[in-house]
Amino acid sequence: MQVSAMHFKRKATESLRNAKLQKALEKLQSKFVDGRAAAIAELPNFNDIRDAAAEIRARAIENLDQYLLRFEEEATARGATVHWAENGDDVNRVVADIAAQHGARRIVKSKSMVSEECGLNDFLESRGLDVLETDLGEYILQLAHEPPSHIVAPVVHKSKEEISDLFVEKHRRARTTQITEMCREAREVLRPGFLSADMGISGANFIVAETGSVLIVTNEGNGRLATTLPRVHVAITGIEKVVPTLEDVSTLLRLLPRSATGQSITNYVSVLTGTRGKDESDGPEHFHIVLLDNGRSSLLGTELQPMLRCIRCGACMNHCPVYQNIGGHAYGWVYPGPMGSVLTPTFVGLENALDLPNASTFCGECAAVCPVKIPLPDLMRQLRNKQTERGLRPWQERVALRLWSWMAQRPGIYALYARLAARALSWAGGRKKRLHRIPGASGWTKGRDMPAPAGRTFRDLYRSRRSS
Amino acid sequence: MRVGLFVTCLVDLMRPGIGFAALRLLEAAGCEVVVPATQTCCGQPGYNSGDRQAARALALKTLKEFDGCDYLVAPSGSCAGMIRVHYPTLFMDDPTVLESFQRLSERTYELTDFLVNVARLENVPGSFSGSLTYHDSCAGLRELGVQAQPRALLAKMPGVRLSEMRESTTCCGFGGTFSVKFGDISAAMADKKCEHAAQAGTDVIVGGDLGCLLNIEGRLRRRGDEKTRVLHIAEVLAGDG
Repeated sequence: MQVSAMHFKRKATESLRNAKLQKALEKLQSKFVDGRAAAIAELPNFNDIRDAAAEIRARAIENLDQYLLRFEEEATARGATVHWAENGDDVNRVVADIAAQHGARRIVKSKSMVSEECGLNDFLESRGLDVLETDLGEYILQLAHEPPSHIVAPVVHKSKEEISDLFVEKHRRARTTQITEMCREAREVLRPGFLSADMGISGANFIVAETGSVLIVTNEGNGRLATTLPRVHVAITGIEKVVPTLEDVSTLLRLLPRSATGQSITNYVSVLTGTRGKDESDGPEHFHIVLLDNGRSSLLGTELQPMLRCIRCGACMNHCPVYQNIGGHAYGWVYPGPMGSVLTPTFVGLENALDLPNASTFCGECAAVCPVKIPLPDLMRQLRNKQTERGLRPWQERVALRLWSWMAQRPGIYALYARLAARALSWAGGRKKRLHRIPGASGWTKGRDMPAPAGRTFRDLYRSRRSS
Repeated sequence: MRVGLFVTCLVDLMRPGIGFAALRLLEAAGCEVVVPATQTCCGQPGYNSGDRQAARALALKTLKEFDGCDYLVAPSGSCAGMIRVHYPTLFMDDPTVLESFQRLSERTYELTDFLVNVARLENVPGSFSGSLTYHDSCAGLRELGVQAQPRALLAKMPGVRLSEMRESTTCCGFGGTFSVKFGDISAAMADKKCEHAAQAGTDVIVGGDLGCLLNIEGRLRRRGDEKTRVLHIAEVLAGDG
């Protein structure tokens, strides 16, 4: 996927003015935020489960090499082939080679954000392969040639009317805005795709070291069709998705759907282990698992390592007041919201996503709802530190901060400056006691007034009261 | 007990009345209050903008200034959170001062938290008559657990009718330098806060952090709302409105 994170501010402003998007985001918020709250409330021991989940993920990441090797061993023993990919290009090449090896031409895809990281669809199409997204949201986006704006609800930015128009244009059928009718229509279009596909591609929510299994959670059933009907299944995921045991997965599954969509459990939980056995009636003849690094291992041993615990539930973005106002596209890459503000600079380069770590008020809600307790604001702050260390912040900001800290360390000068500033701003505030414009702070005054100071500083008033 | 009042740079510059209200409340709770004269800023702007060096210098300065106090109390969850939660993390790699910062951390409180849980203020000195709604500022709420404390104090005031707004715990969009760097997003967030407060059917918004209050009031006035008052919790608890 193209990286456009450098245009964050401009795209955020456009999003704020997009009335349709604003309406869609409001719905998302009430569905996912209220949904999560209700689903969490079902669990009397939520905090204990959350502690356990964070511990499982931390342990998996601390021993990542061991669990990955164990996973490879177990998966291979059950007939699967494990491929290691350093970056997106590697994934694309490996998948194209697998298709060539098995003579596959028609591919159905279940949802995979990692494949978005790689730009897999475009690559495979450029090789003359047919790729059909089968997750309803992803299918709609494929028709519209748009990137997802949310990792769980990829098409949340589109209204049903827009989707209806798209269906009329692409399917050439009678227009309907009944959601059940539209779903049926999509199903009818997708079904022949499943039946004729010779390769299925999926992501993975977890991979299990002790059994070599790939686990996916879905709601539409397309994941199960895409991974069991075609003779070849390729699962693509990040190396950090490994979990030691099935027992561990069961703990994580108590939190993943609840945190993501407010469901106690998703409609489907598929544990895909090995190729089709002799006496088995379904499953693929060939099972390939592609494990992508793409910068993940560079976080190991650094202060950003906790980010690797992420299970991609999306709760951080659903609850982020910045995301709630601007949606996902402004973030300019695969992962929006607080999660993206850490992942994008890490994966595509700090200098290519300068705004993202700063695009947070540090309100802390993301960390508060994270099911695996990732301290997202702390991680964003680390990235801000790195920006400063590497001289990536604008000079005006650096000068202002330096000046501020220089003065704040010199109480005499600080007091004098504060006294003058309080007087000047109070005078400038006039009768209405507010400022419409402040030089150097147009970001504030463009959309807000600044209440003017009272006129004298606390320290001056306090001193004169004490001496009187 | 000897309480050092950390006035905060915003209160010092913008609304000294909040500092005096805090002073009055602490004295009403029976505290001996000192106001270290050389205090300036807790260092949060540098800390959150990637300048750890500046933050550390100001942390050391604050540590020294409040050395002789049993407690440090600030009329701000944000500054108190900085001192209580973030100062120790700034010095994790410096065992010579880490312990001092941990001790300072344990003695540091947001004003309402201190009044309820340490000083156990029984009689709230101020008076207020009418309805108001309370905005939970982020750092106080999520870093320090300040939520019930201001409400408990308001409940002691017979004239106060608390009318809760929807999403009172959602950020108002201030976020320090965020409000200038991302003015459009910040103003949009403030807008929602204004709407939720209006829906609560009151024209008084109260909060515990001046940064948020300036943001909310600034947006209200720009929207043309001249009526809604935006007050600091200390002003309500100690005032005569």
